[in-house]
Amino acid sequence: MTNWLTPLIILIVLLLLGAWSTWLERRVLSLWQDRLGPNRVGPFGLFQVIADMIKIFTKEDWVPPFADKTLFIISPMIVMIMTLLGFAIIPFAPGIQIAQFDHALLFLLAISSLSVYSIMLAGFSSNSKYALLGAMRTAAQMISYEVFMGLALMGVVILADDFSLSAIVEAQSNVWFICYQPLGFVLFLIAGTAEIHRAPFDLPEAETEIVAGFHTEYSSMKFGMFFIGEYLGVILISSLITTLYFGGWQGPILPPLLWFILKTAFFILFFILLRAAIPRPRYDQLMIFSWYILLPLSLLNLLITGAVKLQFLG
Amino acid sequence: MLETIFIMTATITLISALLAITAHNVVHALLYLVVTMLAISLIFFILGSSFAAALQIIVYAGAIMVLFIFVTMMLHQGEKSLAQERHLFHFSTSITAFVLCSILFCELAFILFLAPSETLNDISIAQLAPAITVKQIGQQLYGPYSLLVVISALMLLSALITAIHISKNAASIEIKTEESNL
Repeated sequence: MTNWLTPLIILIVLLLLGAWSTWLERRVLSLWQDRLGPNRVGPFGLFQVIADMIKIFTKEDWVPPFADKTLFIISPMIVMIMTLLGFAIIPFAPGIQIAQFDHALLFLLAISSLSVYSIMLAGFSSNSKYALLGAMRTAAQMISYEVFMGLALMGVVILADDFSLSAIVEAQSNVWFICYQPLGFVLFLIAGTAEIHRAPFDLPEAETEIVAGFHTEYSSMKFGMFFIGEYLGVILISSLITTLYFGGWQGPILPPLLWFILKTAFFILFFILLRAAIPRPRYDQLMIFSWYILLPLSLLNLLITGAVKLQFLG
Repeated sequence: MLETIFIMTATITLISALLAITAHNVVHALLYLVVTMLAISLIFFILGSSFAAALQIIVYAGAIMVLFIFVTMMLHQGEKSLAQERHLFHFSTSITAFVLCSILFCELAFILFLAPSETLNDISIAQLAPAITVKQIGQQLYGPYSLLVVISALMLLSALITAIHISKNAASIEIKTEESNL
């Protein structure tokens, strides 16, 4: 009974959250930019999402005649599937976890590296210059930032002595890993933002330069899948940050699930604030920043963590 | 259950490998190769080595194949390169790959129809073998095999330096020609 019930509930909640975080982003963003945002449909504009859904479903689901049809249809599915698969390993609360296995973090890295395909294939199959340019940028950006993501995660693995996320959460019962790994946290945050290509790292869809990047040719629900996939990515990275650096579901007084939701919501809001606050860098700046600054820093972080662990913690 | 999954995965591996050879569109061929990689990783997983499975996906499907597709995407010219590929493709050029693939197919058919009981035993033996932890791999790598790790690191470093050297030279030549044009 519970075998399939928990995953189903988590899946439905995630899809709803993914949809409603678009509303959250628009409202909060407009609050910070002295605007009102969508506030007409329903209380606080909450039903705006439903209206958008109806609109997006009734639009023409158009596949351009010059596109590579199969790939064009598959690629939005890949991003949704990969992001949703990532949630399988996250311990939401003690007992609420879809899959628990030893190499959960490696699984996560595998998932995030596979999600590059969706954007590359979208860019390729659209058979349009702008889409291809966007896909090129994404591929380069995601491959380079994956390196630091992995290296930053290794600091946590060294501290917790384990690749499994529930063990990492339990290892933080006294002190959160953010205290031991401030640099690793910053690196993971930057790499995570680049990995889900959110602003300020949204160069793949920089609308001022390359129209809408890889999803220029997409319409209707296929575009919707990219759109919701991005927000699911934000939720995934936020919950990962919570799990890896902020003690996961652990906290006093309140129930574990509520702690997890609170911490994750904080980081979702932080990602929205990032979008509101920081301008987009140029493409070459982005790459230079990653290879010249972040790579040495993450290696240094790994070196120091390993040395300290060997010296003091045995 | 496990046997069924294994046989399905093996079939997918072989079919996608065959399609990778025969596909005219280079990007499609590479994608079939990615499917092959994923299926092989699943076979690793079934055999109880989840670490190797994860590495297979991260390194092959996630990094190397992405770079392959990245380059082919840049060089792909739609119908023109498709026609070129069709022109270049002969059965004779890919005969070796076909032979190897068909041997594997024969093996698969053998496993499926001729010797089911023995293979079942084999798979369950592989299941009983203790899973190798990451710690054990690390101890092996930095214990008896540490020299190999250092050598491979040196190789990668030299490859990196070579790549930087080549790209730098190309850039400086480009600038020189531009200057001479001016």
